Amino acid sequence: MIKSLNQSTLTRYDHQMISNWVRPNSRVIDLGCGNGALMSYLQTEKSVTGYGVELNPEMISQCIDTGINVIQFNLDKGLGHFDTNSFDTVILSLTLQAMRRPRELLKEMMRVGKEGIVTFPNFAHWRNRWQIAMTGKMPESEQLPHKWFDTPNIHLCTINDFHVLCHELGFQIESSIAVRMDGRQTLGLRALPNLFGEIALCRFSKP
Amino acid sequence: MFEPPHNSVGTVTPQLAKFDQPLELESRGRLESYQIVFETYGKLNPDKTNAILICHALSGDHHAAGYHQLKDEQSTLKSVGWWNTMIGPGKPIDTNRFFVVCPNNLGGCSGSTGPSSINPDTGKPYGPDFPIVTVIDWVRSQARLSDTLGIQTWAAVIGGSLGGMQAMQWSITYPDRLKHCLIIASAAKLNAQNIGFNDVARQAIRTDPDFHSGNYYSLNTSPARGMRVARMIGHITYLSEDMMALKFGRNLRKKSKFDYEFTPEFEVESYLRYQGDRFVNRFDANTYLLMTKALDYFDPAAESGNSLTSALSQVKSDFLVVSFSSDWRFAPERSREIVRALQSNRANVSYSEIKCDQGHDSFLLEIEHYVNVMKSYLGRVANELSNQKLSEHGGTG
Repeated sequence: MIKSLNQSTLTRYDHQMISNWVRPNSRVIDLGCGNGALMSYLQTEKSVTGYGVELNPEMISQCIDTGINVIQFNLDKGLGHFDTNSFDTVILSLTLQAMRRPRELLKEMMRVGKEGIVTFPNFAHWRNRWQIAMTGKMPESEQLPHKWFDTPNIHLCTINDFHVLCHELGFQIESSIAVRMDGRQTLGLRALPNLFGEIALCRFSKP
Repeated sequence: MFEPPHNSVGTVTPQLAKFDQPLELESRGRLESYQIVFETYGKLNPDKTNAILICHALSGDHHAAGYHQLKDEQSTLKSVGWWNTMIGPGKPIDTNRFFVVCPNNLGGCSGSTGPSSINPDTGKPYGPDFPIVTVIDWVRSQARLSDTLGIQTWAAVIGGSLGGMQAMQWSITYPDRLKHCLIIASAAKLNAQNIGFNDVARQAIRTDPDFHSGNYYSLNTSPARGMRVARMIGHITYLSEDMMALKFGRNLRKKSKFDYEFTPEFEVESYLRYQGDRFVNRFDANTYLLMTKALDYFDPAAESGNSLTSALSQVKSDFLVVSFSSDWRFAPERSREIVRALQSNRANVSYSEIKCDQGHDSFLLEIEHYVNVMKSYLGRVANELSNQKLSEHGGTG
């Protein structure tokens, strides 16, 4: 899944997809920015400005090394730090499922930004369904490697679930795609994204 | 022969800069002439772009790193600078890459003009006649020192606590004269609780019978009892409850039984008294009073309709703001206020909240996450300097 990549290439496949959606020279905030790879890529390739937000102390110095602005902050405390409408794009990449109140965070995202991009592991992927059906146990996979009792991923959802919530919150879904981690586009993936997509990517805006 | 550790700047000698141009002070006072004592570490590059200014805190001075050559090895070792863990070859503020300058603030008692200096008008120590100096006065005097050293732009201005206030003021008063501003364990203003603590300290000093309204120099005395109490209460607030519980608990000094007397029995009592005594020997009471006032007065937002965002609207430097989870004197929330105002101005700012038990004094300690963050950020500052050099001389356009 993770190839050896040079500096200007991204290590996570979903990052590539996200960067396609980000406009050059825009204001971006990446919530749960990890080691800063995506934000750094966007700064170099798309000349964006903005901040990464990360809680893990070990990631903070790595973020600073990459040259991004990073704010050490717990997203579960909301985005009160950030002014309303202060960003063009708010990114939440593979972080939603670890949030205590994902619904509130999504609302906050639409407060501070014009557009939101969320990526998450699609729990309805056939392999998860298969594991539950056959073993009767919580699924484990490359994206979800933890045991049920110590997983940080406390709010898993499916692509369909996410669309329902966006609808309920009144968000306009601009694009929604599902990908396999190997990047392959298969017929099944296009026909049944909620069954064959491993990672879901969704771009939405205010109504 | 004293051998300084290889990762230190070695033995250092303070330098003196004299200024004859009067300095108009925020308090409407005026210093006709003054001197600033300072130390430097590392080498200034030919372009004079690699200089870092260190601003000291309440009881700090110009001796930030290295050792002072003293009569014997023991005292030389003890003379280590207050931020020796942070400044030195290979350390976060890397003297192999940066030229580091640390002045003693005006009003100080370590060699810069202050209450214990001789007033040229009277031929006697200034004492209580020394004008109140504020953060902005210090920053202005530091800017004059920069001119003297030929430093137009600092690669970074760095300070913790009261030093962080000076760093912040630099970004407001001289936005073009610094590239990076590092504000550590600081605040954009003190709250009522903080001012309250400061006033308890001041009252302890001012009500000491040996204070003599600040004119104690000629009487060969000093308000030592007041200073001791001031330092003791200060020290408690610089530590955290958890840290004190861990360090002292309810441990008794010698025995396991109480003496039922007023002599110090608990370890925490003797520790605080020791800290107080040490402080009395090295610090001047009038300076302490001045420094706490400077802390209380600092509030750059006041002139901008109480909006810190407006106060910081002209800044041009990049920022690193650092706070410590157990610091209740300059709590993380105070740092977050600074970060928030900088974000509203779309400034380049990074913020880290270091998890630790040591309270406000953490900023002086070698805490792994803190050291890593500082190292990364200053590595970036240093790399910018070399990239700038490359683009200037590399002919890439």
